[in-house]
Amino acid sequence: MKETALEPANHETEIIIGNLLRAGVIAAAAVVSLGGVIYLFRHGQAQVDYRVFHRQPADLCAVRGILERVLSGQGRGLIQLGLLLLVATPIARVVFSVFAFARQRDRLYVAVTLIVLAILAYSLLGK
Amino acid sequence: MSILLFTAFIFAGSFGAGFLGSLTGLGGGIVIIPLLTVVFGVDIRYAIGASLVSVIATSSGAAAAYVKEGFSNIRIGMFLEIATTLGALAGAFLALRLSTPVIALIFGIVLIHSAYVSSRHRDESADLVKPDRLATRLRMNGTYPARGGLVAYNVTSVPSGFGLMFAAGGISGLLGIGSGAVKVLAMDQAMRLPFKVSTATSNFMIGVTAAASAGIYLRQGYIDPGLTMPVMLGVLLGSSLGARRLFSADTKKLRAVFGVVLFVLALEMIYTGLKGLL
Repeated sequence: MKETALEPANHETEIIIGNLLRAGVIAAAAVVSLGGVIYLFRHGQAQVDYRVFHRQPADLCAVRGILERVLSGQGRGLIQLGLLLLVATPIARVVFSVFAFARQRDRLYVAVTLIVLAILAYSLLGK
Repeated sequence: MSILLFTAFIFAGSFGAGFLGSLTGLGGGIVIIPLLTVVFGVDIRYAIGASLVSVIATSSGAAAAYVKEGFSNIRIGMFLEIATTLGALAGAFLALRLSTPVIALIFGIVLIHSAYVSSRHRDESADLVKPDRLATRLRMNGTYPARGGLVAYNVTSVPSGFGLMFAAGGISGLLGIGSGAVKVLAMDQAMRLPFKVSTATSNFMIGVTAAASAGIYLRQGYIDPGLTMPVMLGVLLGSSLGARRLFSADTKKLRAVFGVVLFVLALEMIYTGLKGLL
């Protein structure tokens, strides 16, 4: 017997994960679009060149700086916030999975999921 | 070029890339990068950052549908995500250290390989393999919905699947793509998952894998909001439209034409890569 494949609890988890992913993508796209409209409205006539690579200013590379730009009403800050929401969406799914496996008393997979979460945390917050 | 005009062009191009990428099963990222670099002359580092973000958007959108239908194997996905996220970190660190011609060269080779893999017919009738001891201990064997009810499947060769997944994550982190072609190799051929389960589970994992390297790219200043905005929105819209037409349109001819275009773009990237190195 395949004991874990389609328990009711498992299918419920699948539906919540599906909704979570969809909501995250829609929210991110909405914030990016709003930021894009503001950005184009203000800077649409300026010239642009992506041939030569320059790193983004430091405040656009961290959560705090991005939030400060959002509060001052900057389009690019808002776009970056939307992109952060997008990156956070699959991470939120992993966080949710920790609780879902814990509820199923599946210790092995709670541990597996925590390892993935630790790797993600290192990527976003590491030195 | 003014920002308004440039954004309009990039949006239209990304829409087309997302549409064709999902119609052919190649994914949006692997199409958008040659478009940005070869056609629009964008530095490949900007292109990688923008592509990676759009990969998260399209894969999360697709994964939402697959998960609800019960095709994704969440345990296999979670377990292999250890390999893909570690690989993605390694790939992103490598990308920060390699010169752009080298990255373009690797990209061209991966592009040709992916186009080749996606053009081949995938065997949809997987026979039931013997359950593997490790796979059973990890509770990976499962079922998926089919016309006649639930179909059971077993999983095998977990270690080689895990190793290949590390490589897939590395390519994803280095080049800013979903690297579906390597994931197919790992899950279809090594672990012997049924076609639909491996496609759905691969989509499920791409978002988390890309998020792992996107964190590094964001903190290193590779993700430009002005460029990423039209790329992400265009690819997302294009690929959701493409996914809807996937089963209705006869895509054979389109695939062939598109394959030739990709091959030319790949050669161009290899050529610029080599020229930059010599």
